Amino acid sequence: MREIAAERITNVVADLCRESNINLGEDISRSLEKALAREESPVGRECLRGIIDNAKLARAEGLPVCQDTGMAVVFVEYGQEVIIKGGDFLEAINEGVRRGYCEGYLRKSVVNDPLQRVNSGDNCPAVVQVEIVSGATFRITVAPKGFGSENQSRLGMLTPAQGREGVRQFIVETVSLAGANPCPPLVVGVGVGGTMEMAALLAKKALLRELGTENPDPFWAEFEAELLEEINDLGIGPQGLGGRNTALAVHINPYPTHIAGLPVAVNISCHVTRHKSAEL
Amino acid sequence: MAERRIQLPLSAEDLAGLRAGESVLLNGPLLTGRDAAHKRLFAAVQAGNELPVELKGETIYYVGPCPTMPGRIIGSAGPTTSSRMDSYTPALLKLGLKGMVGKGQRSQDVIDAMVKYQAVYWAALGGAGALIANSIVKAEVLAYPDLGPEAIYRLEVRDLPVIVAIDSLGNDLYQMGRKEYARLSSGVGGPVF
Repeated sequence: MREIAAERITNVVADLCRESNINLGEDISRSLEKALAREESPVGRECLRGIIDNAKLARAEGLPVCQDTGMAVVFVEYGQEVIIKGGDFLEAINEGVRRGYCEGYLRKSVVNDPLQRVNSGDNCPAVVQVEIVSGATFRITVAPKGFGSENQSRLGMLTPAQGREGVRQFIVETVSLAGANPCPPLVVGVGVGGTMEMAALLAKKALLRELGTENPDPFWAEFEAELLEEINDLGIGPQGLGGRNTALAVHINPYPTHIAGLPVAVNISCHVTRHKSAEL
Repeated sequence: MAERRIQLPLSAEDLAGLRAGESVLLNGPLLTGRDAAHKRLFAAVQAGNELPVELKGETIYYVGPCPTMPGRIIGSAGPTTSSRMDSYTPALLKLGLKGMVGKGQRSQDVIDAMVKYQAVYWAALGGAGALIANSIVKAEVLAYPDLGPEAIYRLEVRDLPVIVAIDSLGNDLYQMGRKEYARLSSGVGGPVF
């Protein structure tokens, strides 16, 4: 068995919280430059230039790209041959979030109860998604999620008869209803299949895929391309003020499902789609 | 990039001349306020209590900034989604609020109240927290300090870039812009708000 110290997990999570909020990924930066090159709307171009300048400034000055530094979603690929020593696994992660947000001057945006709504003061707890994998790998991804876009996400339990057309309509309708609110240009993460909660998790994970990479399955790659075009035809544009770039990408994760169902979850993410990973 | 500078507090002449789609640079004092502060202000108005801030002639920026790093004036400070303030807004416009800065579309009730009481709504660049922080030259907590990032701040801004999203005639750039660039190929098609 391989041993990993809880303290090491804490340190890595703290670093990833800061880094993901300050340094926007190269893939999304490249994608924004491409969007600027093809944008037809003058207001849209002005918005995209501002968005690109902001990301550069944040990196240069060590500031969070966006003031909504999100709820910390932490994905862990936990090798079954790994044992954590010197502390509790979940507490090690939450302590990392606590340190990252408090020492990194990131905004604390978590309330301790959804109805009583008192700020927890340290951005804890994180939302932790663990996947047990074979071997001795231990990989952590921190994906801070802002709620301007999270609030525009939707889940639908469609029927098998609704099929591809129903899924297409549900996804485009979700983006259309969201309009300007989620800070377009968007990354649209979609989960299709599984059960209710599985579809939502697949949609969240779809946001982690590197922009510019195709879906490995040609059937779904074609569907993604078709959806992206249709979404950009909505005219919502950068910041929702009209234009050609409503979304930078549509990423779909399919999964086997029940004979009676067709769950589809659409997780909307903004132009500040953040995630950073580390292998321990 | 905008060249026209607007001085706050907003004058009646400037307000009347602003048109949806125009880029301007804001200069002068702003109040901040988002969900929790609006909830408290609205409750105070309903109860007939005195407000902790005077709203007449003011402009509110919907923002909850990041904590301030040492040596800086404020942390990242981009706009939050304005529509969450919609249910409270007409009451504040009635009290004399003249300007709002945020992101995203507003309800018809808000637009109607903006025309009735004469106010403007500007869109700041959503997600551009670092860029906007550099336009803020002064920041101090004015009310509700217990709300942390949701407290009401008094900000002073210099050349804050914004776009007139909804003007005092009720022209709405979110609807106009989307209509202009929509291609109705999609089965869903067309603007849906």
